[in-house]
Amino acid sequence: MDFLGTSEPRIGGQARVTGEQRFIGDLGFPSMLHVMLVHLDVGHAQIVSIDAAAARNSPGVHGVFTAGDLPRPMRRFGPVYEDRPVLAVGETKYHGQPVAAVVAAGKDAAEAGAALVRVEYEALPGVYTVTDALDPASPLVQEPELRPGDPLNHTNTLRVLTHSWGDVEAAHADLVADNVYTFPMVTHFAIEPHVFIAAPEDDGVAVWTATQNPFQMQRMLARVLGLPLAKVRVHAPDPGGAFGGKQHPKYEPLVALLALSTGRPVRLALTLEETFQEVRRTSCRIRARTGFTSGGEITFQEIEGDFLMGAYADIAERVIAKSSYLACGPYRVPNARVTARALFSHTTPSTAFRGFGTPQVSWAHESQIDDAARRLGIDRVEIRLRNLAGRGEAFVPGDTPADGDWAESVRKAAAAIGWGTPLESGRGRGLAVAIKASATTGASYAIVRLHWDGSATVLAGTSDMGQGARTVLAQIAAHELGVSVGSVNVVTGDTAAVPFDLQTSASRSTVFMGNAVVRACEDIRRQLGPGDLTEVLASRFGEVKGEVIGVGSMRSEHRADHPLGGSPSFYEFTCTASEVQVDEGTGEVLLVRHVTVADVGKALNPQHVEMQDEGAAVMGLGHTLMEHLILDEAGRIRNLGALDYRIPTTKDLPLEMHSILIENGDGPGPHGSKGAGEGGLMATAPAVAAAVTEATGVVIRDLPLTPEAVWRALQG
Amino acid sequence: MAATVRIRVRVNGSERQIDVAPNATLLDMVRDHLGLTGSKECCAVGECGACTLLVDGRSVNSCLVLAVEADASEVTTIEGLAQEGRLNGRLSPLQEAFLAKGAVQCGFCIPGQVMAALYLLQRNPHPSPDEVREGLSGNLCRCGGYVQICEAVLGASEAGR
Repeated sequence: MDFLGTSEPRIGGQARVTGEQRFIGDLGFPSMLHVMLVHLDVGHAQIVSIDAAAARNSPGVHGVFTAGDLPRPMRRFGPVYEDRPVLAVGETKYHGQPVAAVVAAGKDAAEAGAALVRVEYEALPGVYTVTDALDPASPLVQEPELRPGDPLNHTNTLRVLTHSWGDVEAAHADLVADNVYTFPMVTHFAIEPHVFIAAPEDDGVAVWTATQNPFQMQRMLARVLGLPLAKVRVHAPDPGGAFGGKQHPKYEPLVALLALSTGRPVRLALTLEETFQEVRRTSCRIRARTGFTSGGEITFQEIEGDFLMGAYADIAERVIAKSSYLACGPYRVPNARVTARALFSHTTPSTAFRGFGTPQVSWAHESQIDDAARRLGIDRVEIRLRNLAGRGEAFVPGDTPADGDWAESVRKAAAAIGWGTPLESGRGRGLAVAIKASATTGASYAIVRLHWDGSATVLAGTSDMGQGARTVLAQIAAHELGVSVGSVNVVTGDTAAVPFDLQTSASRSTVFMGNAVVRACEDIRRQLGPGDLTEVLASRFGEVKGEVIGVGSMRSEHRADHPLGGSPSFYEFTCTASEVQVDEGTGEVLLVRHVTVADVGKALNPQHVEMQDEGAAVMGLGHTLMEHLILDEAGRIRNLGALDYRIPTTKDLPLEMHSILIENGDGPGPHGSKGAGEGGLMATAPAVAAAVTEATGVVIRDLPLTPEAVWRALQG
Repeated sequence: MAATVRIRVRVNGSERQIDVAPNATLLDMVRDHLGLTGSKECCAVGECGACTLLVDGRSVNSCLVLAVEADASEVTTIEGLAQEGRLNGRLSPLQEAFLAKGAVQCGFCIPGQVMAALYLLQRNPHPSPDEVREGLSGNLCRCGGYVQICEAVLGASEAGR
């Protein structure tokens, strides 16, 4: 029986509709202590003194910890640069950075204690915008000694990344589009706020955190605590939404230290407001100059991107590197020069966020194409078809060639939106594409245990954060072993139980972990030899019972000579088409119809792929139409929390929504699959904005397209 | 610590006497006192709907209701629905519909969505698509599964015809 390509029900689905699913906030331990963080209501400040005496004497308080109370020397941490302190040292560098942690017997006692911590501070000028970050007169965000020998360490630029080919200066163009685009700070807003628990375990520590990357967490905790990997156990319960915001360490090192210091289980549950202050998408300003022939062919692309990271690098430089690498889009561009600056600021550290920088760069390259099409009088679909790389074409010279029939996606999206058919008054249509480089390097290991009764247990380090990882891995194992999906159990989320996996990100799991599971099953098949599974198992194990253990892996080694450390194993390609109606009196944009096309190679579980693709599209409507963090002149976020920061609801849904899957079996994953799940939001903004332009005649290059922004643009 | 107040509530069909702090919310009560963790905490300001449950048959954001306000009330949480739904080993039609339509992704918002949908269908057994969107507009889903969630509610409504 074939379990691939069928919409098998979600493993864990029943527990999610009955309330039985235990998320991290639902876990409790006897004698657990609670942590409350102390932070300042300012973006950037010098900490003059911290008086914790009253807090320490407050009922129920077990301890108050500042940077000075932590072991010394206290190693900093971070996924690329080890620049982030466990608690603020000397300065607070962004609104909400913790300067102290109060540990108490209960939540209320911790809160009461935190209110008694007196912090004397001096507010300092801060770096809050791209303009600030590029101004040599601005204060330095990062201490130069954290980057010894780096010629940029006395600037707020961490890195300048360049990718170029051909000769931009020599390129001829009949038309040059030269525009500036901005993309705002937006926050992940997983409905599950971040919760961290740690407890001493034997002579090490156990940490519970809803992380996408349990093994990276283990590695970083081991470094900070000075413990071997084997003494750090990370439990990663299924995240209640992650979207990149739960990849890298935040307060796990702190709670681990507090647990080891107090000898008790310790829990830190952030409020939604605190979660906003912890993770966000990298905002940017992109200037794009694009040359075209009169026939609409791109002759050159020159992109200068200024990406505003937060106060610590987190994974933002990687976001900027990967997205700027494909900043010219999925097009045949004979001459290109991309310059991307990774800039520090006194703001929330920016990190991975679904699409990993692609929504930012596609906002620019797609809006450029539309600008040229309008000025050259060429149809906006046609101009894309003239420039899209064909299958096998090395659109980034020397790298992974186009691995799909991308024009097919564009034609299907255009047909589904009714491109070229008459429009009602006040309406417009837009279509945009985007491309993301998938995982480049990395490794995933899987163990499959085939039990004597013919059922199987898969051990995998993938985090099931809503994408349905358990389900698809069970389908793959069932298919390979020739057993039913219902007889396969998938265990994840415990570094002491499952083998190494790099991370759950970059839509990599179906390909990397999927292939590892296939190989583990092949290992079992090799051990068992030919024949009917039931008979082979019975004759092999008899009355004593037993099991066959298969091991599989997929590795892609790091390549020092590649700007991304390795070639993308596949591309995630998307096309979005949208029809909108604009209320010129209010500036409100109504989505009449919205289509996403995802080139997924093979949908191993079509329902799971469609729900992710449509879900991503809904999320994309957020940064397109309503979401942005608003900072005041002191760097404080003024719209913290759900009251003032709007994300899409049922009432923001397009009146009609369609997700179309392209399945040509041309991916590197099991049965020709590619990764999926991020694409739906990668081209939302340019598609919707182009539709607004067609409906109204106005062009907006700064997101989001709030009613106010649209209305103001309409006033000219 | 402030003195506690004893309240009597009927929770998922069982009479309970609970000593709660005067500042404890109904959400704190079900989660911390009763261990009913199906109701979730996210925004704590009544905007996200993750804590939706029923008090005397009406849906409320339990983060905005003090536990003492629920004195002498009947409270139904997602666990109560599951109990009813699990008679004969089956989920309720609403829960079945959420699974069948692919409305569940990460699942964190789902208990609240189901409770809001239950209330909607109790008031209006056969809502139009617009009425479903309106009825669920107070329940955020960041996975963006609204299309499937609305289809599930309409499907459960059809199943009830």
